[in-house]
Amino acid sequence: MKIRAILWMISAALAVVGLLAVVFVATDKAETVKIGFVTTLTTGAGVIGRDMQNAVDLALDHLGHKMAGLDAEVIYADDQFKPQIGKQKTQRLVTRDKVDFVSGYIWSHVLLASRKTVVDSGAFLIISNAGASQVAGKLCHKNIFTTSWQNDQVPMALGKVLNDRGVKSLYIVAPNYAAGKNMVTGVERTFRGKVAGKDMTKWPGQIDFAAEIAKVRAAKPDGVFIFFPGKHTGAFLRQFKQAGLNGKIPLYSVFSVDSISLPKLQKAKMDGVLGSFNTNFWSPDLDTPANRRFVSGFRKKYGRYPSHYAAQSYDSIMLINSALVAVKGKLKDKDGIRRALRKADFQSVRGPYRYNQNHFPIQNFYLRQVVTDKDGNWTNRIVATVFKDHKDPYYKLCRMRW
Amino acid sequence: MKVNLKGGFVAALFVALALVPVAAQLLDQPFYMLVAQRIMILAIAALSLNLLMGYGGMISFGHAVYVGLGAYAVGISAFYGVTNGAAQLAIVVGVSALVALVFGANSLRTRGVYFIMITLALAQMLFFLGVSLDVFGGDDGLNIDQRSTLFGLIDLNHRPSFYYLVFFALVTALYLCHRLVNSRFGMVIQGARSNEPRMQAIGFPTLRYRLTAFVIAGVMAGVAGALLANHTDFVSPDMMHWTHSGELIFMVLLGGMGSLAGPVVGAAIYLLLEELLSGWTVHWQLIFGPFLIAVVLFGRGGLLGLMEKGGPMAGRERDDG
Amino acid sequence: MDWTLLFEQLLNGLQLGILLFLLAAGLTVVFGVMDLMNLAHGSLYMIGAFVAATVAIATGSFLLAMGAAIVAALIIGIIIEVTLLRSLYGRGHLDQVLATFGLILFFNELVRVVWGPEGLEMPLPAFFDTAVTIFGFSYPVYRLGVIGVGLVTAAFLFLVVSHTRIGMLIRAGASDRTMVGALGVDIKLLFTLVFGLGAALAGLAGVMAAPILSVAIGMGEEILILAFVVIVIGGIGSIQGAFVAAIVIGVIDTLGRSFLDDLFKLFLPANAAETAAPAVASMLIYILMAAVLFFRPQGLFPART
Repeated sequence: MKIRAILWMISAALAVVGLLAVVFVATDKAETVKIGFVTTLTTGAGVIGRDMQNAVDLALDHLGHKMAGLDAEVIYADDQFKPQIGKQKTQRLVTRDKVDFVSGYIWSHVLLASRKTVVDSGAFLIISNAGASQVAGKLCHKNIFTTSWQNDQVPMALGKVLNDRGVKSLYIVAPNYAAGKNMVTGVERTFRGKVAGKDMTKWPGQIDFAAEIAKVRAAKPDGVFIFFPGKHTGAFLRQFKQAGLNGKIPLYSVFSVDSISLPKLQKAKMDGVLGSFNTNFWSPDLDTPANRRFVSGFRKKYGRYPSHYAAQSYDSIMLINSALVAVKGKLKDKDGIRRALRKADFQSVRGPYRYNQNHFPIQNFYLRQVVTDKDGNWTNRIVATVFKDHKDPYYKLCRMRW
Repeated sequence: MKVNLKGGFVAALFVALALVPVAAQLLDQPFYMLVAQRIMILAIAALSLNLLMGYGGMISFGHAVYVGLGAYAVGISAFYGVTNGAAQLAIVVGVSALVALVFGANSLRTRGVYFIMITLALAQMLFFLGVSLDVFGGDDGLNIDQRSTLFGLIDLNHRPSFYYLVFFALVTALYLCHRLVNSRFGMVIQGARSNEPRMQAIGFPTLRYRLTAFVIAGVMAGVAGALLANHTDFVSPDMMHWTHSGELIFMVLLGGMGSLAGPVVGAAIYLLLEELLSGWTVHWQLIFGPFLIAVVLFGRGGLLGLMEKGGPMAGRERDDG
Repeated sequence: MDWTLLFEQLLNGLQLGILLFLLAAGLTVVFGVMDLMNLAHGSLYMIGAFVAATVAIATGSFLLAMGAAIVAALIIGIIIEVTLLRSLYGRGHLDQVLATFGLILFFNELVRVVWGPEGLEMPLPAFFDTAVTIFGFSYPVYRLGVIGVGLVTAAFLFLVVSHTRIGMLIRAGASDRTMVGALGVDIKLLFTLVFGLGAALAGLAGVMAAPILSVAIGMGEEILILAFVVIVIGGIGSIQGAFVAAIVIGVIDTLGRSFLDDLFKLFLPANAAETAAPAVASMLIYILMAAVLFFRPQGLFPART
């Protein structure tokens, strides 16, 4: 009896190990460049991840799924909007799938949790959204590149716009988490008028802004500044309109009124958003050859305008491609790849840009306005260039030299 | 020792866990070693929660807070340059014991759902505190540049060493739970669950006993958090969010509440299934959700309960309020 | 002190409280009568909101949207009661929590498959989508509507509970379940009816919230926690308790968000106040709940003695 039990135990143990072994063995095709792409595909934020995933797929289409003669394979991973899960998915990508590049990352807390895993593995990290100040400053690294921006920059551009437009007093509403605080710092860096009031809302739980909007009305500012990524934008704009403030207090935003929120707002006929201003490094109507191809390709394939999240992700893939072309597909040549990445020698959708010493783009920022296009769709259109060749405010904290 | 299906399964699980690094080394696939390590760390936390839930009838909906506290204790001490593991452990134990003592004293007066909600409330306060602590990264969290050092005896940067340290911690935790549950102390706790007035009538100050159990569980979860911080090289308030407290409860329930090794099995099943399903399809929740329902409907007393009828929790009905 | 602002914020708090009440009422009745801890209540709320937004976009009619949402939540509620939840009565709360959490995952993903990840915005008739001037300040018409619907619903529930046979059974069920069964009442049917009522209330809450809060996957979870806070503070099974607690929480949360930073600035440096105020404002309702339970471990209006 006892022996049978022990035998049973051993065979069960072997079965478990065997099962794991089957899972372990990932077929490793030769001559493939593997790119891991971490984004949020589930939860309410999954809509951002979908835009990024679509853009990456489009970039691969445009490249014929080849990079410098190598087969290009992208493995998507869903971080579920949680740092712990994002970290584990990143570990999976670098240790199991042994990817050469890790890209994506919407949220700075997920990025910061995963950063060390990528760096330690020797893979390159190409950030497609999260503009954490730490990574631009102290935590910069020779193998980390960004195709987006540092969080402070876009609101800094907006602050300048506010000055130029003669806004004397401003009310700020943003969620109380790291990126939200960065956005507020950013606008306060350049805005020279008076901050009439500031509310940091509970994130991500709070979607009722009645109290904050009542305070905005009471403060009678020349303008209100908001930052709300994802579904919160729609909620804020609705409540702003329902409070009768549309057209009374001009609305300025960053990363809120974009191609993700606009179709929804249009469906619900929330026309108060038309004419409102926001800043960004890119816009669907930006007239560069690469952008025309990207936007028309995206609209054709998916039937909607791409967002800036999509643009950054498309650029991430194109940047990787440019580096591989430069080293003629030699994946082992890390130094060569790094040198090529630093040149950013590719057709970016934003037009040509250079890398700063912290591997963040030195790029233009534009003022955009929400308009109706010739087909009747709501979209953003560039009104003016706010900053030319702008550098983020943290690069001096980065000790990297090259 | 009576070896039955359930015992065999648990033993097999531990043998498999012990062999994971070997398999990983042979196959040059360290990823599942990391997965197994995370499973074991959260299993320790689930074990500690099971002391409260399964034996003490105290359903804490804020247990992830102690995991977070342990992790933050390591993170913050590393932030100030203290990486000595012994010193860190002392801080972890001190902090989690203190918080568990305060929280326990405030919540143990209530019963059932009210207890669930008050532990949630206290946990949410610490979560929001973490979000607002800008010095330590706020919502962005805190990077841990250097893992804990153990007088040069074990290098936590060496994957198999760290793995076996966690394995050792899990086995130790399991042994401690075993001793605790079968001690006089454990009997009082279990007695207080089923009939507190009687225990009091016999002359046991049950509140003090339950509070002690609460503190012990908090400290165990804190130690799990310290390991987790080293595992992820990172701490953030997200660790203390109520969804993670919920996950710990599900691990305990999945494996089988009130059976010693149940939480370990539950943690393994929960995390492996999540990892495999979410790697397979984005729509994994369409499968995972009904799976949880099936466990409740057909596996009363958790998955281990399926293997052994007549276990400690068979015929468990509404012992929570 | 700006008295109009204070009054306006009190009104905002009342309105938030009413919304919480709509969600909590169904939860507390189901909890009180069947002793069922139903986390999927938030899913019914979400489904109500999605159905309402879809109908409103297609037809432009708010009333049609409202009807469709309530009916949809009612039907789905009855389906899950008959197929699944019925067999969980008499189980421990933990089994119920695990199973209904499974339902949450399932419904979240189902909604994504059906409606896509982007969520919806629910259009409103123009006269609803603006503000009117009352008491010397302008206030959103729709929010006044929410307050009105909430008060009518509350009155209706009080009437049903205190003056009808089913209400008597609900009260009896909340205080002594076994007794009701022993009296020869068709418990199965009663439970299905009560659950259906709870589901319809969740659907109603979904419609009322949709035009303010946006319709998104997972919208049920965060607010569900708040609803639980409400019913626990109010005392499980008590509708009047839920009403009082919901209003108190709505008002306290709103006032905290409105005035805490000014208050803190009286005795803290501006910087510290700006950091501390949102943190404490977020904790406020939890502090309140902990305090209430500390002094009254059964909530404000315990239904069972």
